[in-house]
Amino acid sequence: MSGIGTGYDLSATTYSPDGKIFQTEYAQKAVDNSSTVLGLRCKDGVVLASEKLVLSKLLVEGSNRRIHNIDRHVGVAVAGLAPDGRMVANRAWDEAASYKRVYGEPIPGHVLCERLGSYVHMFNLYWSLRPYGATMLVAVYDKNGPALYAVDPSGSSMRYFGTAVGKGRQAAKNEIEKLKLADMSCREAVAEAVKILHKVNDEEGKKFELEVSWICDESGKQHQRVPADLLAEAERQAKAALEDSDMDD
Amino acid sequence: MGVDTMMASTSGPVSMGTSIIAVTFDGGVILGADSRTSTGNYVANRVSDKITSLCDNVYTLRSGSAADTQAIASYVQHFIAQHQAEEGDQISVKTAASLVKMMAYNNKDALQAGLIVAGYDKHAGGQVYSISLGGTMTPAPFAMSGSGSTYIYGFCDKHWRDGMTQQQAHDFVCRALRYAMTWDASSGGCIRTVTISASGVKREFLPGSEIPPTYGELGRDRVVA
Repeated sequence: MSGIGTGYDLSATTYSPDGKIFQTEYAQKAVDNSSTVLGLRCKDGVVLASEKLVLSKLLVEGSNRRIHNIDRHVGVAVAGLAPDGRMVANRAWDEAASYKRVYGEPIPGHVLCERLGSYVHMFNLYWSLRPYGATMLVAVYDKNGPALYAVDPSGSSMRYFGTAVGKGRQAAKNEIEKLKLADMSCREAVAEAVKILHKVNDEEGKKFELEVSWICDESGKQHQRVPADLLAEAERQAKAALEDSDMDD
Repeated sequence: MGVDTMMASTSGPVSMGTSIIAVTFDGGVILGADSRTSTGNYVANRVSDKITSLCDNVYTLRSGSAADTQAIASYVQHFIAQHQAEEGDQISVKTAASLVKMMAYNNKDALQAGLIVAGYDKHAGGQVYSISLGGTMTPAPFAMSGSGSTYIYGFCDKHWRDGMTQQQAHDFVCRALRYAMTWDASSGGCIRTVTISASGVKREFLPGSEIPPTYGELGRDRVVA
C-alpha cells in the first residue's frame, strides 16, 4: 500500500530521507486521534481534565479511568491508547516508589518526567519494540511548587502553563491561551477546563463523561478527583455557556 | 559507641572512642567533635578530623570504627554527587541522612558506625539526624554520640535551649565537648567545629591548650566560669 512514508515507516530504526522517524510520528497520530485531555497550571496547583466518549450503554459509569495517581503529590492523565498509557503510568509509579525508598522524600516533578521521558524514548530506539501510543500529562506539586508536564511518544518531556492533546487540542489550546492562569485558582480553573472540553467536543449526539482531577492547596497538595459538587456545578455552568453562545449564533 | 578493649594493646581495631555533638540554632547547625583516635590504649591520632563533608551543605560526624565510617562517608559522597547531577539542585539534609541510614541499615551485620548527619537546606533550614548502630535515623534539635557523650547527657539537657544564636550554640558545643573530653579516656585532643548556614560553611579549631579546665580539675582556690 502506498502511504505517507512508504518504505521508511516499517521500523522505528529507519530514518526517512527528510529526517523523520515515521513510527514515532504514527504513534503521535494515535494520540492526536484520541479524545481530548487538557491540563492547566494555576497559581495554587494544577487541574487535569479528560473527555471520555461513552462507547456503550453497557459500560459502568466512571470505569475505564484515564487519570491515575502516581504518588500522593503526582497525578497523570493519559491521552491516546489507554493500555499503553497504563504501562507508562505504572512505570511512573515504580520510579516514584523507588525514589522515595532510596532518598526518603517524594520524587520531584522534573526528575520524574525526565525519567519517564527516557523510558518512553527507549521504545523509539529498537526494531523489536513499538513506540508507546500515549501522551502523559503529569501534574505535580512538590517542594518547588505546582508544575504541569507533557511526555509524548517520542520521549520528549516539556513543561507547560497549560496544554491540550487529542482531537480537540487546537481549539482547546486557543481557549487556554485566552485564560490568565497565573492569577487563577484551581477552583476557577476546574470550571474553565470543563467549559473548554464541552466547547471543543464535536461528536454530535455521542454521550461523553468527564474525568477531572486536581492537586492544589485546597486538596491538601494531594492529587485527587475534583469533589462531585464542584464538578456538577462546573458542568452546569459549561452547558449554560454553550447554550448562550448557541443562541448568539 | 566505641569499642575499646581495656588491654594495653596496639593491635585492636582503630576505633573512635569519641565525643561528637551537633546542634541546630536559629539559621543553621553547628557540628563539634574531639580529635582522638585510639587503638586500644594507643592514641593513633591526637588531631584527627571526625567532621567529614558529604556535600557542600551537609556534613557528618563519625564515631565507632574509623574504617567503617570512612567507607560509609565515601559511598554516600558518591551517591549524593549522582543524585545532585540528576536533580540539578542541592540535596536536602533529610535525603542525605536517608542515604547514610540506608548504608548503615543494609550492612548492619558488618558495620560498627554511629553517625550524626547535619546540614542546612533552603526548604527546612538547619537539621540534625542521628543514625545509630542498627540504622535507626532519628531527627532531633540536637544530638550527641560516641563514648564521651554519656558523660554529658545531664549537662546538655540542662543547658540546651531552643532558638539559640550562632554564638550561643557554638559556646554550648565547646562547653559540652570540654566536659566529655575531661571525663572520657577515649576522647581528647582539640575541639573542631563546623558551622553550616545559608551563608556557607565555616570551620573552626580550638587547640587543646586553649580548652579551659573544668571544675573537677582545679584546686580549691581556682575558679573558672
